[in-house]
Amino acid sequence: MRSRTLPMREVHVWELPVRLYHWINALCVTALCITGFLIGNPLAFMKGTEAYLNYWFGTVRFIHFVTAFLFFFNFIFRIYWGFVGNEFSRWYNFIPLKRCQWKEIINVIKVDVLQITNKQIDSIGHNSLASLIYFVTFLIFLLQCLTGFGMYAAMSNAFLPKLFAWVVPFLGGDMQVRQLHHILMWGFILFALVHVYLVFYHDYIERRGVTSSMIGGWKFIEEDVIERHENRSEDCPKD
Amino acid sequence: MKNKQPSFYEEVKEGGISRKDFLKFCTTMAALLGLESSGIGQIVKALDSKPRLPVIWFHFQECTCCSESFIRASHPIVASIVLDKISLDYQETLMAASGYQAEEAYKAVMAKYPGEYIVMVEGSIPTENEAYCCIGGKSALQILQEAAKNAKAVVAWGNCASAGCVQAASPNPTGAQPVHKVISGKPIINVQGCPPIADVMAGVVVHLLTFDRIPQLDELGRPKAFYSRRVHDTCYRRANFDAGLFVESFDDEGAKRGYCLYKMGCKGPVTYNSCGIIKWNDGVSYPIQSGHPCIGCSEAGFWDNGPFYQHLPSIAGFGIETTADKIGVGLGVATAVGVAGHAIVTNIRKHREITNAPAAGSEIETPKES
Repeated sequence: MRSRTLPMREVHVWELPVRLYHWINALCVTALCITGFLIGNPLAFMKGTEAYLNYWFGTVRFIHFVTAFLFFFNFIFRIYWGFVGNEFSRWYNFIPLKRCQWKEIINVIKVDVLQITNKQIDSIGHNSLASLIYFVTFLIFLLQCLTGFGMYAAMSNAFLPKLFAWVVPFLGGDMQVRQLHHILMWGFILFALVHVYLVFYHDYIERRGVTSSMIGGWKFIEEDVIERHENRSEDCPKD
Repeated sequence: MKNKQPSFYEEVKEGGISRKDFLKFCTTMAALLGLESSGIGQIVKALDSKPRLPVIWFHFQECTCCSESFIRASHPIVASIVLDKISLDYQETLMAASGYQAEEAYKAVMAKYPGEYIVMVEGSIPTENEAYCCIGGKSALQILQEAAKNAKAVVAWGNCASAGCVQAASPNPTGAQPVHKVISGKPIINVQGCPPIADVMAGVVVHLLTFDRIPQLDELGRPKAFYSRRVHDTCYRRANFDAGLFVESFDDEGAKRGYCLYKMGCKGPVTYNSCGIIKWNDGVSYPIQSGHPCIGCSEAGFWDNGPFYQHLPSIAGFGIETTADKIGVGLGVATAVGVAGHAIVTNIRKHREITNAPAAGSEIETPKES
């Protein structure tokens, strides 16, 4: 039997609201991609029937729109939490403005992406590269909300969608907006592929329990990493 | 006091239109413009009393389909408005004058009615080389700028004047530009479509005549009364869309049953126009009713959003048939291959780590230092 005994501590990294956000977001994105794909390319499985007997495609669109509202408010909530949450959820983690964040990004690329060195990455929450990628996904979220509600605005009189009525004229027409919306959906799919793989990867390699951390909120962190985290230099944002 | 010029009603009366027909026309127009019932009276009063609208109508890079549509307006009075009742003092297709006289005609309007005349434009304006479209020794751009200077408003008929249409489609060899790109500081009404619906054109003219101001426009400068709804939202086949009943080829069972043409590349869901309501040729039909998907002719860049029979537009630079989905699947496969490669390397590394790990009970492994 092989085992390891490391001086480790459990750290409460993801607070409940962050975890809830994550899973609501995951469900929304899954539902939105599936229904979105159907809306873009519906299955024509029904023949020889009359319109008044069916409404399945209307239901698909309904689910897409309702989920979109949920996704939007969940996204707004996460932005809010970036200003009030714990140090691992704060906004400054996601925008690499500091030198040390860029340094870590390069290190992560060397260690985890190219696997050419074996340096340890100290970050307790997201590492800087992951944070940057999440920032990019946030921009995609934003664009997806803009284009989605932009198209929705024409068939709604509600206040919120009407706020997005400028998007279609700005981009030149519904066609352009729809095309962009469709392309961005692929961003979500590609992100999900890599994201899920990397969860397995980090759990496998770092053995900090990253997968279960998004369920329970706790991560196993090495004592020396915590020590360095507590004594970090001032010019670097927390984590 | 008698008007210096005959009013619109006086004009049509001379043409043998009865008072009853005149009132019917006013009512139809009020309905088309979405006015409340008092609007009918306003239209009647305006057409009864106001002098005709001085209009200069230019043809630049276009096919004249807007004029053709206009003169085929369903209501006889609309046609007479078009043909003789707005003062088409200069209209290259319809005027009798030519050459020097024609030039004089539009110069006379500009001199006689400064700030009152309406400039109506059919066609796009070349900017790559102005010589592509010259009339009477002047370029389209010069003519338009000169005429628009003292105009009350500019009406851009059709997709050419509103968005450039086929001339502005990639690669746009003449550098064709719509009116709103070359004229500024004047109210511009984009009456979209290739061509616009005749009754829509008439409606815009009647609105200008009745209310002395331009109709309410949307963000793209189109009259809201006619362009605030998608063809899709007003389509009689919409129920088939919601029910998930689609035509998959032009001869299939669905096509015969009149199912939704969404999968045939119908651009109705991205096109704002009143085809589904007003229809064409005296309300006889419109493309979708005739079994053909909408091609989106009232949207900017509709030629480049093709192919017409494909739901997702092709992406430039990737070949004609490449859609976002094909690129997406390609990237997805590339990602999966990358992930698999990474996973293999990771496992080799992991295996080495496990073999090198101390057996249970041996000394504590010190973390790797950076």
